Formats: sequence, C-alpha cells, structure tokens
Amino acid sequence: MPVRFEVNGKEVEVEVEPRMTLADCLRHVLRLTGTHVGCEHGVCGACTIIVDGAAVRACLMLAVQAEGSRIVTVEGLSDDDELSPLQKSFRKHHALQCGFCTPGMITTAHALLSEEPDCDAARVREVLSGNLCRCTGYISIVEAVLDARAAYRPKDGAARAAGKP
Amino acid sequence: MKMPPFEYACPTTLSEAVALLASRDGDAKALAGGQSLVPMLAFRLAQPALLVDLRKLAELREIRISTDGVRLGAMARWRDILDDRQLAAAHPLLKAAVAEVAHYQIRNRGTVGGSIAHADPAAEMPGIAVTCEAEISVVGKSGSRTIKSADFFHGPLMTALAADEIIVDVRLPAWPARRRWGFVEFARRRGDFALAAAAVFYDEDANGRARNAHVGAIGVADRPLRLRPVEAVLNGQFLDEETIAKADAAASAAVAPQDDIHASAAYRRALIGTMVERALRAAHARPV
Repeated sequence: MPVRFEVNGKEVEVEVEPRMTLADCLRHVLRLTGTHVGCEHGVCGACTIIVDGAAVRACLMLAVQAEGSRIVTVEGLSDDDELSPLQKSFRKHHALQCGFCTPGMITTAHALLSEEPDCDAARVREVLSGNLCRCTGYISIVEAVLDARAAYRPKDGAARAAGKP
Repeated sequence: MKMPPFEYACPTTLSEAVALLASRDGDAKALAGGQSLVPMLAFRLAQPALLVDLRKLAELREIRISTDGVRLGAMARWRDILDDRQLAAAHPLLKAAVAEVAHYQIRNRGTVGGSIAHADPAAEMPGIAVTCEAEISVVGKSGSRTIKSADFFHGPLMTALAADEIIVDVRLPAWPARRRWGFVEFARRRGDFALAAAAVFYDEDANGRARNAHVGAIGVADRPLRLRPVEAVLNGQFLDEETIAKADAAASAAVAPQDDIHASAAYRRALIGTMVERALRAAHARPV
C-alpha cells in the first residue's frame, strides 16, 4: 500500500507491504542505509531514528504507521561535508570502533540532547542503556555525549540548528 | 526475522475499529504502540490476518486527572505519563513505576493499553493496575464493560479481553495527599524485565499506624499479584524494624514462583521479600 512521509526534510511516497518495518523501508526502499538493523525485535537500538521529535526503534514500527510523520535518520543530522557537533564529539572521544551501533547511538543522543541539553551522566547512561555496543564500551560514548551538550544549549543556537529533528 | 504477512487497517473511529476486529473470527489484533506486538510478529509468535492500528483514535490518548482519580487513555504513552507534571502529585506510584518501563525509545511509543492487553507477568503497568485496584474499560461489538484489574489478568499473555474488544481506558482510584508509597524492582540489566518488583502504598492514621495497605508483586507468578498476607501484617502497625521484617517474610511465604531460565524459584521467593522490604523502607522514609 502507498505511504507518504517526510524523511530528512524531503517528502517521499513509497509502496510497501503492511508487514515491512520502517527500518527495512528506509534501508531497502529509500536506500538510507545509515539506519542499521541488528536484532529486528527491539532490543539492540541500532535502528533508532527520530519520528516527530522522539527517538524510536525503526524495527518496531511498520512503514505504514509512519504515514504523515516527520522522520530524521542519521543521514539527516549533518551536511554531507561536515560532521555535526555530536558526531565531532564521538570522533574526538573515540566513541566508536566497528561503528555498527553508532547511528543508533547518535540518533538517540541527538534526541536526548535536543530535549535535555543539561542532562547529567546518570541520565545519559540510563538513556543509552537501550543501545547495545559490543566493542568500544560505553565510557567513551558517554563522555562524547556529555561533551556535546554545550552545542545543544540555546546560547549556541547556530550549532544546534544544524541537526534539529 | 521478517514478519508474517497480514492486512492493515487504520480506522478513524472506535466503532469502526471494533467492527474491523470483529470481522475476522478472532484473527484480527489491535495495534497500539507496537512495542510488544511487533516483536511477537517478528518472532512469528503472533500471526494475525489483520492488524487494526489505533493511532488515529485521538480520544484514547487523553490523561485526565479529577477528584475520582486518574484516567489513562489506552493510547497514552509512557512518555506522556512521565511528561505530565500533575501526575507527580496525582499518582506518584504510577509515575515511579512507569519510569522503570523498558528503555527510552520504547517509552516513546509503548502505551498503557498495549501493556495491559499484552499482560506480561513482569510488566509494570499490569502490576500497578492490580495493586491500585484499577478498573479497565473496554468496548466490543456487544457494547462497553468495565473489568476489575483483579479479574482481568488470567495468566501470561492471557486476559479477560475478548478478540473483538479494545481497551478504552484504565482508571486508577484517587490518590490521597500524604499517602506513603514505594516502588522497587530488580533486573540484571537496566531496562530488562524485572526478575521481581514490589509496589506498595498505605495511609497513616492519626497515630502514624499503617492503614489501607496495598502490596503488589510483579514477576513472581503467571500474573501480577496482591499480597494480602503482607497487607495484613502491615495494617494497624507502625513501620518499625519488626514489622518490616515480618512483611519481608510474609511476602516470600505468599508467593510460589517457578524455576525458569532467568532465576530459580528459591531466588525469586527471596527476592520478592527484599523488594517488599525496600519498597516499605522507601515509603516510610519519604517525606510527606
């Protein structure tokens, strides 16, 4: 059935079976392969995307449920040529190794910092508990997210606007 | 894995949704936030012919606080409860329990009605409903009815809900000011289903003795339980060390958990005593 929604600022219309997850639709139909699929049942967090401002698991949403939604994937967080402040912070703190979980970490952290730019380390850990990383470990990831908070505070409006959901 | 094929409908009225659910001889399922049903589909544990998406039924999203208590529309999400500033006073136990539900991303989509209908024995919302004597309103092709939480949960993933019925709302009785409460759960990893959890509340009489004690246990049986023997230990007593120790022992004695891959029966039995003890200590220590 036909479904229309907005992805990274662009209106799209796709033809999908009702059983197709939004994650598979983004990857296979729209070729936005930045969204990774790990467990396919809502445990690993790799497929996290931002739907109408909220971080959600794209494997636990049907594409048909996205009708009329505004979706931001990891591709939508920065211009092609430049990393967002959060992405720069991941690089600075060595917050990734194999990179499989990274899109989900970045989208989750972006949604969190957009709403709670003053969150503390305990809150970052609590939120990232829904994203599994099997190689780097969480210490550097938490440090990267905490270090990126300044870019999301109102006084740094320009940097924040770069990837607003 | 990939989900089995199904048809999909997204009705705009409740009566249309009920008619769709009734149209497949029990082979249609209501889809709320999808945070339990979609994994069931992905594992092919559920293979309905038709999914009826409730997302356009805006009237089911409302959270209403009144002198009668808190009415949670079935499509209210966990995050709607956590974002609601009035609920901290109107039902602090609910808010504390919902904060423990799964993970951030799940709380952005999971719903009250979805959790109640799914009826996982270790889920927080069914436990709160049973502990607080909530009433669950449902509507089906033969009309509306209200089911007491005590009668709603029949076993793991089994409820009193008929195939053509949709949960409309969950009503929690009014929460008096100065009520004492505690919610404690234990899971090996943050966000996992609890191995055991305890929800407690009680009021105090003029002398500071516990009255109207309610003690709920989650994750230790095939459905959420009220632990009446523990309530009997508490009512009329001061929450001193002796009473708390008796409540701990009574909680362990009141349950008959099974061994499973997550924990032995003996471990769960001990754990629920500790959860009740900690919840009571939190209730007693919190300023009112």
